[in-house]
Amino acid sequence: MTGGADVIRVVLPAHLRTLARVDGEVTLDIAGQVTQGSVLDALEGRYPMLRGTIRDQRTGKRRAFVRFFACEQDLSHEQPDAPLPEAVVAGAEPYLIVGAMAGG
Amino acid sequence: MSGVRVLVGTRKGAFVLTSDGKREKWDISGPHFAGWEIYHVKGSPADAGRLYASQCSGWFGQVIQRSDDGGVTWEPVGNEFSYQGEPGTHQWYDGTPHPWEFARVWHLEPSLDDPDTVYAGVEDAGLFRSTDGGRQWQELPGLRGHKSGPSWQPGAGGMCLHTIIQDPSRPGRIFAAISAAGAFRSDDAGETWRPVNRGLRSEGIPDSDAEVGHCVHNLAMHPSRPSVLYMQKHWDVMRSDDAGESWHEVSGDLPTDFGFPIDVHAHEPETVYVVPITSDSHHFPPEGRLRVYRSRTGGDEWEPLTTGLPQEHCYVNVLRDAMAVDSLDSCGIYFGTTGGQVYASADSGDSWEPIVRDLPAVLSVEVQTLP
Repeated sequence: MTGGADVIRVVLPAHLRTLARVDGEVTLDIAGQVTQGSVLDALEGRYPMLRGTIRDQRTGKRRAFVRFFACEQDLSHEQPDAPLPEAVVAGAEPYLIVGAMAGG
Repeated sequence: MSGVRVLVGTRKGAFVLTSDGKREKWDISGPHFAGWEIYHVKGSPADAGRLYASQCSGWFGQVIQRSDDGGVTWEPVGNEFSYQGEPGTHQWYDGTPHPWEFARVWHLEPSLDDPDTVYAGVEDAGLFRSTDGGRQWQELPGLRGHKSGPSWQPGAGGMCLHTIIQDPSRPGRIFAAISAAGAFRSDDAGETWRPVNRGLRSEGIPDSDAEVGHCVHNLAMHPSRPSVLYMQKHWDVMRSDDAGESWHEVSGDLPTDFGFPIDVHAHEPETVYVVPITSDSHHFPPEGRLRVYRSRTGGDEWEPLTTGLPQEHCYVNVLRDAMAVDSLDSCGIYFGTTGGQVYASADSGDSWEPIVRDLPAVLSVEVQTLP
């Protein structure tokens, strides 16, 4: 915890790391409840070029070929306001944004 | 010495090819945006340093990139393309109503006189405009809102707005073409539109000379004579002498009148280029011979241009936005293939050389003539 905010580790897929011009993990300070929605809000706030690449800008719906994983669980179908696992909130595990396997 | 910059969009990134006015030696930079589909890259006629690129991916959607230094560095700008109002429906392949859904930007057309103004032709067919260098995009809904809109149907490649041409002599006049709806014209800067398809005949639709429903592949205009338009349709090469009010066929002696790109010589408004393709389903050159055809009579009479192009075992395609011309004294012609070759001719098409042979499949080729 830093000043009441949780430090969340986020791993982006390679194409989005290139787009956001980051190397390795991104860390985000999240005040309040840590949910997929609040993490994505903070991520897009820090890196506006990622808007629309993970979820639809208007509806907030996850893009079809993007997946959200953490703690060896697929969180892609969880509600945006569902709390993330404690290990993610504690910074012990990263929140993974993944380009889905698709194709042959 | 003057030079050229060739902007190439491919299935896996963008490439910038530069040369001096001789166009013999080329510097190749890229891939920019490696791994992403680059449908189109185009420079501003008002500022050669200002480029716009449409970058997209099935995973991560649409990104628009902008360069202010001729493609050396790039900055992602706005990528929100929201249809204005209730999107409504068009016809789906099975004839049922289908909601308009944004898929990607096919074509970016910078304004003739303002580097910060740029038009975007998108799939599902719509026209957007940015006046702040690509940061924000607003739909020009009059086109999609034309009364025929609900009857438009996608072609095999999707329902894309792929061609945008501004009339340099008449501010506010814009032509757009949509597969498979046809050609449209606005005389009020994109506010209102009407179909300009009279004279087109398409066997693949129930009413062969209908007002809309034609699969127009590409349009071309010479800036000195903007009332004359050339069209490569799904079948047929067409010409209009009255700004699209009526069209007549100029396929003449072409070996096949199917194809995708069409372009006009920079200094000879009656000199036109096409790449005939065997189709409907083959989409490769007749007899495995890659030939550009040139007409110096504004159509009807065509000559094959073969010097330097493969004349056996060639089964590539040349897509609709993958041909361009420079405006040097000896006009240069450029085209890219789905096999990853980019060919250049520095002598109006008489002879060709590959600039590069093994890029990813080429989606688009544009050229800037540099001072």
